[in-house]
Amino acid sequence: MKSFASKERSIQVKVAFTTSGNDLNAPLDSRFGRAAKFLVYNLDTNAFTVIDNQQNLNASQGAGIQSAETVARSGAKAIVTGHCGPKAFRVLSAAGIKVYTTDAATVEEALERFRTGKLAMAPSGDVEAHWA
Amino acid sequence: MILGVASGKGGTGKTTVSLNLARVLGSDVRLLDCDVEEPNCHLFLKGVARENETVAIPVPEVDESLCDGCGECGRFCEYHAIVSFGTRPLVFPEMCHGCGGCAKGCPKNAIHEVNKRIGIVETVQAGNITLIQGRMDVGVAMAPPLIRAVKARLQNGLPAILDAPPGTSCPLIATLRGTDFVLLVTEPTPFGLHDLKLAVDMVRELGMPFGVVVNRVGIGDDRVHVFCKQEGIPILLEIPEDRRIAEAYSKGGLIVEALPEYRGLFRSLIEKTMNLKNAEGF
Repeated sequence: MKSFASKERSIQVKVAFTTSGNDLNAPLDSRFGRAAKFLVYNLDTNAFTVIDNQQNLNASQGAGIQSAETVARSGAKAIVTGHCGPKAFRVLSAAGIKVYTTDAATVEEALERFRTGKLAMAPSGDVEAHWA
Repeated sequence: MILGVASGKGGTGKTTVSLNLARVLGSDVRLLDCDVEEPNCHLFLKGVARENETVAIPVPEVDESLCDGCGECGRFCEYHAIVSFGTRPLVFPEMCHGCGGCAKGCPKNAIHEVNKRIGIVETVQAGNITLIQGRMDVGVAMAPPLIRAVKARLQNGLPAILDAPPGTSCPLIATLRGTDFVLLVTEPTPFGLHDLKLAVDMVRELGMPFGVVVNRVGIGDDRVHVFCKQEGIPILLEIPEDRRIAEAYSKGGLIVEALPEYRGLFRSLIEKTMNLKNAEGF
């Protein structure tokens, strides 16, 4: 939590993207809860890190909640993905993370749309919980 | 004896086997429909409803005036039913398994438990059969607590047949735990065999004695039989593919009532199962 606090002070803005790959050319994963990885991009330094989310791929329940916790711990203040379920959205909102949905094919394309303000903030989860 | 009737694949005949076994037993028997997401045994029994009871599980409620946002509750919960980011915890009652750990572990005693209804247990008397079935409320995702509530109605010494939910996950384990013998019902098709293998792995993991019932013999192929032979698994009953069985089923009838010539087949299943169970030293 200490490093989290110091990153906060330097006012770096981090944006997370759901992806199945390891770099900006990788496809944007349209799923949030069961995305294979999160690419966390720093808009100030243009550096990024990739966080593995494999454990959630096969979770029977609660994948969205757990993914939202992972994104919150990464320090990201926004998440760009294809779709987001209601529970994940609740957790992301509570953690102060803004949710943007897009049909961009790659992380790079999604990043470009985000930078140029082409993405609208999602007002709520846009898909049903998976067993509902 | 408590007999579990299970299968990997759905629609292989668990309910058919359970009901017909219960009927040919003749004496008092409890039939527990543990497929609480979609109980169907009652469709085949004409009886009198004896009682309905609601079942609830305890879920956390947070007193925000006492909570200091330490996050201990969220770190404890394996199922992410309670989540905290240094602010007031978010509760997802539909994820909660009702263990009470968050409340016990809260340093500020800010969490207490409230009951959340998950479904009902219905009891119906139909001749020699006391049917006890769970019926989960719409929107509830947690079957095991309701299955345990159904099984709490077992009575010591009284024989019981447990009609399990399909699959090999938590609801099935919750059903089979504590049973004396497991019948795995399958059909001689590639799907039947595939899911039978999963079910066999599961009962072996649980260390329970079991045998196989092959339903609709005559369709598909012989790979289920070959598999059972290779693995040394006894086939305790073969129900032939018979259009009249399907016709009786479609009208909510039991095989042993609509087609008396099958009574002997189901009686022999009881005998074989008892013999195997006794041989296992249970």
